[in-house]
Amino acid sequence: MKLIVAVIRPEQLGHVLESLFHADVRGLTISRVQGHGGEIEQVETYRGTTVMMALAEKVRLEIAVSESFVQPTVQAILSAARTGEVGDGKVLVLPIDHIYRIRTGEADQDAVTPVTTQAAARH
Amino acid sequence: MQDESAAVQTADLAWMLVASALVLLMTPALACFYAGMVRSKNALNTMMMSVVALGPVALVWALAGYSLAFAPGNAFIGAADFLALRSVDLAPHHGMPHLLFMAFQGTFAVITTALISGALVERLRFPVYLVFISLWLLAVYAPVAHWIWGGGFLAGDGALDFAGGTVIHVNAAAAALVAALVVGPRRDYGRQAMLPHSVPLTLMGTGLLWFGWFGFNAGSALGANASAALAFVNTLLAPAAALTSWIIIDLARSGRATAIGAATAIVVGLVVITPAAGYVGPLAAMTMGASGVIPSYIALILRARTRLDDSLDVVAAHGLGGATGAVLTGVFADPAWSGGPAGLLAGHPDQLRAQLVGLAVVIAYSSAATFLILRALALVVPLRDAARMEGIGMDVSQHGEEAYTTGDGAILITPGDRPARPAAAASPALSGGAS
Repeated sequence: MKLIVAVIRPEQLGHVLESLFHADVRGLTISRVQGHGGEIEQVETYRGTTVMMALAEKVRLEIAVSESFVQPTVQAILSAARTGEVGDGKVLVLPIDHIYRIRTGEADQDAVTPVTTQAAARH
Repeated sequence: MQDESAAVQTADLAWMLVASALVLLMTPALACFYAGMVRSKNALNTMMMSVVALGPVALVWALAGYSLAFAPGNAFIGAADFLALRSVDLAPHHGMPHLLFMAFQGTFAVITTALISGALVERLRFPVYLVFISLWLLAVYAPVAHWIWGGGFLAGDGALDFAGGTVIHVNAAAAALVAALVVGPRRDYGRQAMLPHSVPLTLMGTGLLWFGWFGFNAGSALGANASAALAFVNTLLAPAAALTSWIIIDLARSGRATAIGAATAIVVGLVVITPAAGYVGPLAAMTMGASGVIPSYIALILRARTRLDDSLDVVAAHGLGGATGAVLTGVFADPAWSGGPAGLLAGHPDQLRAQLVGLAVVIAYSSAATFLILRALALVVPLRDAARMEGIGMDVSQHGEEAYTTGDGAILITPGDRPARPAAAASPALSGGAS
């Protein structure tokens, strides 16, 4: 089991979600964050005040996956988030000690196995 | 319209001063209406596309546009008599000081150009837009206004347009349609959901538009008189009926009345009654409002299924609303109320023909001229920015500002800082792309 954390450009989020969907990656969490990845700063002016935006808007995705999903997930993010310019972001792959699914109490591998269609149909 | 030589009545003067200010408010109101419907990264750019018309367009209007539209000329264009406000003085003209008449009409010119922007949001480069609306005012708005309001050939043919259903709304919508086609769709159009970022802002804009529209329609009576009262009440009743009708359709279709739908309904109702405001009775106004939203409602649903990125539905709301209003003016115009022209129901079927001719001529001319202006501009300058800049958003790429920023990570640049990048600090709009 791995936790995949990706920080990407907000304008690429749509592409990345689409790409992950096609890779059958379902469970994920996103958050709006700000960060700096070495890109050239935007200069903005408000009346007489000129500022350099040292932090750029980014989106962080957190996806817990089983081993067989690690590479497909990483590849999906890499291909969809890339623009080729500095500031495209990073993908981190971290080990996970344990995962629990709150609804059922299932642990580890079971907890990141997608809900079966049968189970989904009950809802 | 009053006798030119009559002295200005105080009541007329007072009302026209207020009405001009009311119409002026409609442009920033439109900015709110439009901005609420775009994504937050393009909110300022969208507002600026409306607000900026108050600058160059108003200026071009005063210096040249007014003369081309309203100076006595031939059937197609006004003469140069009023260029740079020559002989536009405080003497009575249409019952008010001539200078005020120019300003009142100027507020209409301003909002007409701003209306077009709804089809171009989130992608057109701002400097190109400035040049486009200035040229469009002279090449399209001024002649069309002359044809119908300045004593041109459509007025001679009998076309009725009380406050600008054809001159303003259909004219702007035809330009919007062509401009959306020439500029092309937003790069992520049809691939990504683009949701309104602030429906409350749109609703506030709608309220301010309606408020201003009382000056637009009732002011078009050009005096504090019974015609203004009729236009005023019709401007209340038609959108009321339009809103009711829209909500019923919404509820019947999906079981939910939407807020964006309500905002759209009010605007369509206002557009529909605009050409008829001083010509029809209140029951006809309600009928027009209630039935006039139906073509727009259908068009809104169909448009979203096409590749035509008329982003904020200028064609469906203003084009179809204006055209429906113009046609229905030819049906419902009632001399019993206005003491003026009669429509189909009052036994004058030829009025319907005149309305259709007016629509056809304006749509054809506005489309063709808009196409030529934008194509000519495209030869000289790029209309769009790079895909990456469009992705970042027009607020940062065109204006070097953000609508909603926390200010986190903003490092103050004082004069003398960073001598290596003086150009970036001096010209923030370019820095994002160029550096």
